[in-house]
Amino acid sequence: MRINEGVRTMTTCHGDLFSTFETWYRDRHDYARRWKAKTGGKVVGTFCTYVPEELLHAAGILPVRILGSHEPDDITDPHICNMYCFFCRDCLAQGLRGRYEYLDGIVIAQSCMHIRQTYHSWRLQVPVDYSFYINTPHHVQSPRAKPYLKGELEVFKTSLERWIGKRIGNRDLGRAIAEYNTNRRLMRQVYALREADRPPLGGREAMLMVVSSQMTDKREHNLALGDLLERLAHRAPQGDPGVRLMIVGSENDDMELVTMVESLGATIVADDHCTGSRYFWNETPAGSDPMQALADRYVDRVPCPSKDWPDWRRFQHVLSLAKACRVEGALLLQQKFCDPHEADMPPLEKFLKENGIPSLFLELAVTMPAGQFQTRVEAFLEMLREEDLY
Amino acid sequence: MADKVYPTKPLDCWQKAKELRNRYFVDYMEAKDKGGLRFSGGALSFASLLAGLGDHVHGLAVEPYGALVTASGAFGVRCLEATERAGFARDVCAYTRNYWGSILLDQFALGGPFPKPDFRWQTHVCCTHAKCDSVASYLEGAHVPCYAIDIAVGHYNPCEEHKVRYLVDQMHDGIAWLQEVTGRPCDDERLIEAVLNECRSAALWAEICTLNKNVPAPLDEKTMFTFQSLHTLMRERKEVVDFYRELKDEVEERIAQGIAAIPIERCRLVSTSQPPWAMLKVWRHIEQYGAVAVGSLYTFALSTAWDITEQGSLVPLKSPEEQGLRIASREQALRVLAELNMKIPTYIGFHDPDCSGRVMLQFVKDWRVDGVMMHLNRGCEAGGMSFFQTKRRLMEAGIPVTSFEGSVADERELDEMRILSRLDIFLESMGLKKIPRRQ
Repeated sequence: MRINEGVRTMTTCHGDLFSTFETWYRDRHDYARRWKAKTGGKVVGTFCTYVPEELLHAAGILPVRILGSHEPDDITDPHICNMYCFFCRDCLAQGLRGRYEYLDGIVIAQSCMHIRQTYHSWRLQVPVDYSFYINTPHHVQSPRAKPYLKGELEVFKTSLERWIGKRIGNRDLGRAIAEYNTNRRLMRQVYALREADRPPLGGREAMLMVVSSQMTDKREHNLALGDLLERLAHRAPQGDPGVRLMIVGSENDDMELVTMVESLGATIVADDHCTGSRYFWNETPAGSDPMQALADRYVDRVPCPSKDWPDWRRFQHVLSLAKACRVEGALLLQQKFCDPHEADMPPLEKFLKENGIPSLFLELAVTMPAGQFQTRVEAFLEMLREEDLY
Repeated sequence: MADKVYPTKPLDCWQKAKELRNRYFVDYMEAKDKGGLRFSGGALSFASLLAGLGDHVHGLAVEPYGALVTASGAFGVRCLEATERAGFARDVCAYTRNYWGSILLDQFALGGPFPKPDFRWQTHVCCTHAKCDSVASYLEGAHVPCYAIDIAVGHYNPCEEHKVRYLVDQMHDGIAWLQEVTGRPCDDERLIEAVLNECRSAALWAEICTLNKNVPAPLDEKTMFTFQSLHTLMRERKEVVDFYRELKDEVEERIAQGIAAIPIERCRLVSTSQPPWAMLKVWRHIEQYGAVAVGSLYTFALSTAWDITEQGSLVPLKSPEEQGLRIASREQALRVLAELNMKIPTYIGFHDPDCSGRVMLQFVKDWRVDGVMMHLNRGCEAGGMSFFQTKRRLMEAGIPVTSFEGSVADERELDEMRILSRLDIFLESMGLKKIPRRQ
């Protein structure tokens, strides 16, 4: 007997509710091209969730996060060292293959060196009309980071204004911040539903919702979120979620992986990824100076491991998410070669263990070794359900 | 045509350089015996600020220590394996893995148990620097207070005010933190003198490197590694300034007398990135062909600031005294230090591959270089930044380039035969043949 027998499979149960998000995610390039044709606006690719998208939105630009395609890559070796993570190479591969040909510009807010290399290689190999490098601070635990980031954002804003040929007023920026805050608030409301005994959505669906928000117009995404919340409230009671898991780690939009995990009698009820909660957890605070408010938000947000030093402040956040969602086990998913995560993983594993949360470490690449991962995840779930063995 | 044979002779100040370098590690080991303090950090830590704390405050930088461990052979491999057993990935910075391994084994490369630091004083340069210290504390199982300064504002000219302010303010906070953690007050006069020394030693080292434009080169890069390490380790100390003055005089004297680094100079090469410390024989191997490595951006500028002209030429920075600038306050000293650090060319590659390529091209021209050997250093992710962009740019300019994979501090990544054979082919493709050994 398969151990997950009788446990629902989220993906098949509720796919329809998330079909809009799935379409946006799957057909992201068509969406951007249509948006461009409809609005006549510019589209800018972003390389990290530290890019203050609000400024782009306020300028009438559609920010689109550049992600990989999870296809084997054979074209980035002349540009990026093979000791750099697969994600950064997969992203560049998309540019080299011409899949983002509609982009008018690219922007990076510096985080790790790998994605920084992608930005530079893209700029050199896939010319665009506009490119900007924001020297986002790493020392976000320092009180000096906020005034410094504000200075950097002012330089970025001025550069953007020069490019689009118009000023970005405080009112425009205020509206953009409100739009983004609404998006974050709505997604947190959806995430809060995952704390329930029988969560009305699974991890794959949550991932589709968040990732699609990184590539769509926030106004449209907010409407879809409002609709989703309403429909989730009226959804019929769900079945046994099985083992409640959390996923923690690097950039991860590997739908195949989360689908596989949730097909084995588990539900992913929480996450800490930049394609998940880390992207939207913090709102921009209200304030009379929107540029300072933005700087405050991006310094105070749940940190990427590349900026989480000298103390590991992210660990407590991960634990609080785990507790809220009554997580039974964590999958630590890390992009191979990602140095900041590699420094964090053994201490994080120990920290979670000390707090009663066992974990399984899996190293991500462009493609997923489905068979190997399935065996390991099954073994992990068996361990977590040890009472079933006796 | 017969090769011209230049006179050569060992450097008079060589032994002194070795003693100075050794003193760095011994000072760290013995600091507690003298009632002092130990700190750990990185090669680019703002050590001048610690000079204000008084005597016997000595540091151990992870990178030079990692190099030392690597040079220790089997101990290096044991350190790397200990780190991997503790769950850390094999592709984490090799210097860092050596350092962590030493903590895990509780063994110091120079003998005895690992001397734990009283505090950590770091500069966050790449993705690993500050995180290295967080993990080190975790491995030691004791909270060692840590402060790190984020230098990720990049290499910029001119230095924008908000960037300078960010660095200066972190330094002010750092000094307050140091006073609290160590219980020692900061003596601004000593701090200012250390900053001046740092500027002086940077200017002097850059001038010495500039002397290597001479044909024949008075210095080879393998020798320069030792001299350069003094700037990296102790650039704020007066004895290093004095040593560089002595070295500069001696190199000028060698040029005046036509004394070369190697007897037959047929070809001038430059390298890139850190060398594979476990395989420095590369630098002697090429000499068999009459090829001398005259330097690299690493050797010239790991921790040394330079001015960069519009064309990309490296020009030694003038020290504050040479500029007629008098440093009268802590704030002023910190500003000088901030601007100095923003002009370290090592950072260019991290932030601006265009500028990096331009500088490399001009470097080749200014130092009359015939070819470039690039070390694709798997032990340092920062070393991989802009690697292919620079390589392509050099090749497009018609400059012979070869690259070899290796690691700065993990000898398991080195395929000696393959690397040497690759270099043989490269040098032969440049029309060079091994010089017959003289009887």
